[in-house]
Amino acid sequence: MSAFNAIGEERDIDRNEFTPGIEPQPTWCPGCGDFGVLKALKQALPEVGLTPEEVLTVTGIGCSGKLNSYLDTYGFHTIHGRSLPVARAAKLANDGLEVIAAGGDGDGYGIGGNHFMHTARENHDMTYIVFNNEVFGLTKGQTSPTSPKGHKSKTTPHGNAKSPIRPLSLALTSGATYIARTAAVNPNQAKEIIKEAIEHDGFAHIDFLTQCPTWNKDARQYVPYIDVQESDDYDFDVTNRQEAQEMMFETENQLYEGTVLTGRYFVDERPSYQEQKKELGEMPEEPLAERYFDGDAEWERSYDLLERHK
Amino acid sequence: MSNHELIWRIAGGSGDGIDSTSQNFAKALMRSGLDVFTHRHYPSRIRGGHTYVEIRAAGHEVQSRGDGYNCLLALGDSFARNPQEEAYYGNEEIKPLSENLDDLREGGLIVYDSGLLSEEDVAELDLEERAAENDWHVFPIDLRSMAKEHGREVMRNTAGVGVTAALLEMDLEHIEDLMEDAMPEKILEPNLTILHEAYDMVTEEYEFEHDLRIPEGNHDEAQALLSGSNAIAYGAIDAGCRFIAGYPMTPWTDVFTIMSQNLPDMGGISEQVEDEIAAAALAVGASHAGVKAMSGSSGGGFALMSEPLGLAEMTETPIVLLESMRAGPSTGMPTKPEQGDLEFTLYTSQGDSARVVFAPGNIEEAYEQTRLAFHVAYEYQIPTIIMYDQKLSGENTNVPVSFLDREPAPSLGSVVTEADLEDMPHDETGKFHRFQHDVDNNVSPRSLPGQKGGRYLATGNEHTPSGHISEDADNRVAQMERRVEKLEDIRAELDEEHDSNQTYVGDELADFGIITWGSSQGAVFEAVERLNDDGHAVKAVSVSDMMPFPEAEMTEFLESVDQAMVVEMNATAQFRGLIQKELGRYGEKLTSLLKYNGNPFEPAEIVEGYELNSDGSDADPSAQVRIEPAAGD
Repeated sequence: MSAFNAIGEERDIDRNEFTPGIEPQPTWCPGCGDFGVLKALKQALPEVGLTPEEVLTVTGIGCSGKLNSYLDTYGFHTIHGRSLPVARAAKLANDGLEVIAAGGDGDGYGIGGNHFMHTARENHDMTYIVFNNEVFGLTKGQTSPTSPKGHKSKTTPHGNAKSPIRPLSLALTSGATYIARTAAVNPNQAKEIIKEAIEHDGFAHIDFLTQCPTWNKDARQYVPYIDVQESDDYDFDVTNRQEAQEMMFETENQLYEGTVLTGRYFVDERPSYQEQKKELGEMPEEPLAERYFDGDAEWERSYDLLERHK
Repeated sequence: MSNHELIWRIAGGSGDGIDSTSQNFAKALMRSGLDVFTHRHYPSRIRGGHTYVEIRAAGHEVQSRGDGYNCLLALGDSFARNPQEEAYYGNEEIKPLSENLDDLREGGLIVYDSGLLSEEDVAELDLEERAAENDWHVFPIDLRSMAKEHGREVMRNTAGVGVTAALLEMDLEHIEDLMEDAMPEKILEPNLTILHEAYDMVTEEYEFEHDLRIPEGNHDEAQALLSGSNAIAYGAIDAGCRFIAGYPMTPWTDVFTIMSQNLPDMGGISEQVEDEIAAAALAVGASHAGVKAMSGSSGGGFALMSEPLGLAEMTETPIVLLESMRAGPSTGMPTKPEQGDLEFTLYTSQGDSARVVFAPGNIEEAYEQTRLAFHVAYEYQIPTIIMYDQKLSGENTNVPVSFLDREPAPSLGSVVTEADLEDMPHDETGKFHRFQHDVDNNVSPRSLPGQKGGRYLATGNEHTPSGHISEDADNRVAQMERRVEKLEDIRAELDEEHDSNQTYVGDELADFGIITWGSSQGAVFEAVERLNDDGHAVKAVSVSDMMPFPEAEMTEFLESVDQAMVVEMNATAQFRGLIQKELGRYGEKLTSLLKYNGNPFEPAEIVEGYELNSDGSDADPSAQVRIEPAAGD
């Protein structure tokens, strides 16, 4: 018998279950793209058959980190840049959980860049949503890793000399097995992409364009957007690494030239980290957390290791 | 003769098989009924560089390295890179011989490999002259040729073992058995041949003029040879820890390796990850989801854990971290022991600390306190840190196997079940009150993701009972006080329900006290024994509870003495500072004996420190240690 009966529970799911009974007043500004992520998630989760208490939403720090304050699931609002190591360990400890990590572009591509690279490389079975608004919002508008070259802010008064990071290309090179970009202004596509990401067995990375009406004074609204799957102008195979690479490169360039390209960029069937670890005998078949509730479990003792010390 | 002891030192280059040879030799001595204690000295290199392991063996209990040693097996450094004298590090090949002469006791034995070390180099050491002065018995023997004739050159160490065994009139039985257990057939045969060849050659060709022989001893029950790292890892396993995350760093790597080699076979998980920030964050994530988890590192790596440590404090996520100290600051001396990270470990991370820190003083304490660390962490939802160092990590001693014949303790502590949740407080929105204000022991039971009826938000921000971010003043005060006051509840439990983690020795009525902490215990205790045997009245306490501080016990100890000398391996008397901070007095009673040259204390240095202190002398100590006078002096 499981100690975690919310996991895998078969029942009808109310569309509003992910909305807290008393909705806390979001700290997000009116018009913020973060509302779009929240809304898309609330729609996607019931549609893939998930209930609030089998989902663990792990966030970083920043406006985006407040996501799980307004989404009714188990939540862990961690520290700046560290959502991924916390999230992936929770998944290793209890792989019945649906683990979704989220954070901003500074959180994920800047301070947490190393974790992003390695979590993608290891292909942990989880979803990672990066709220990309090309700016540090909560600290009031400083240049971020995705700000365009030349971006002026209080900390870069003469303009930013750095070229922006390439989030999609970075995810691909690092080893992510589902890579997409969507935008808050495109709620239907966003919902569908989130569903695909959750259902994908491996590390699914969504670069989610979230406009910042307060600090991104260029007032990027990410419209009009083009869905690369739907547009006749683009034709590439998402399972072909080389074609995906080229498409990502172009998408990343175009964003700073005013054309917003979105859609799925790469899908790969490489086995997830959990599967690989189990195959090597490095991870138990049953969720480790269950064992602590199993009254019949036999716990190994160091006494039985003493032969080698005699 | 009760103080008859062998202190055997095998010295060579890293890569000469010093570790494995000494491990087997120590086990052979243990099997012959002796108590053993090992000390490892090595450089931060893979190949070459002078390294030695010292094994002290006696028919009575040994708990420390001794003063010097009495039997040297100097293999020479076959990996020496610069065998020229002008080289920056000098002639490295001969260091295993030359560097070890100063510590060799009168009447001691020297065996060196004359097949590797040239006559000219040895001549420069004035070895004959010094041997005559100190009554040393020198045996230049061509171990290399013996090894090459029957096997491979690296088997010089086996030849050396055969030679010293013969000189000590030690039976080969246990050594042979251990070789048979450890070696594959292919290398076993030549090694056995070399062992006997060397043994027989010495027995037949040399006349013994030395007195040193293998001591005699007897154990009541089977013994196991354990290092401090074994003890910590085994304590964790027996406490039900099945998740470890880490990044390699000396000396922490030892525990990480032992856990990684065992956990997968026990249904557990080991994760080597990208850095120590991730490592500690993984421990937090695994524990949050309902697994007993640990991580750890050494000074520099532990520095990276500061932020996840604070997150664990704020979210009240139980984790056990190890801080395996080495000589700092910065990269410092990676393979040398020091107790310089005390203040750092107590206070690192922003805000008010809410953590528990234990510093075990020997192998058995390392095991017990690691078990206790998991109990405290999971019962009180607080990070618990085991502080130790390169010395305790690598030293081996024998413990009776019955010591480890213990029940496992896998309880997750203060967690709820789904059944419990039905009757527990929730807010209007259905969120569980995981951080209640008024609760027993200041511990608010936690739910785990995936449980029905238990959802809440864990956050590093200040938060309400159900986890919502809040800067409300009343809530802030209630939550802060609850988190910090847990330490008082833990102190009370430690005082009332467990044997003290502090260990006392010596003459209870003495008015001179020695205070030490962590791995300096053994040398201090031996010094105290000697002083009392010599007619002095001295007592000592070895402290393990760094936080929460054992206020009552330390007050009682300090009230009972006129003067106390705090012995620790650092330059700034950190533990003495902690005592004064916690007790707010006794500054005029406390002096310090400090050592920070990269080598642990020897008992004689502590005896001398006592003598200088109790005489009120301002003479300098003869060893590389420092006396720091009491406040106001």
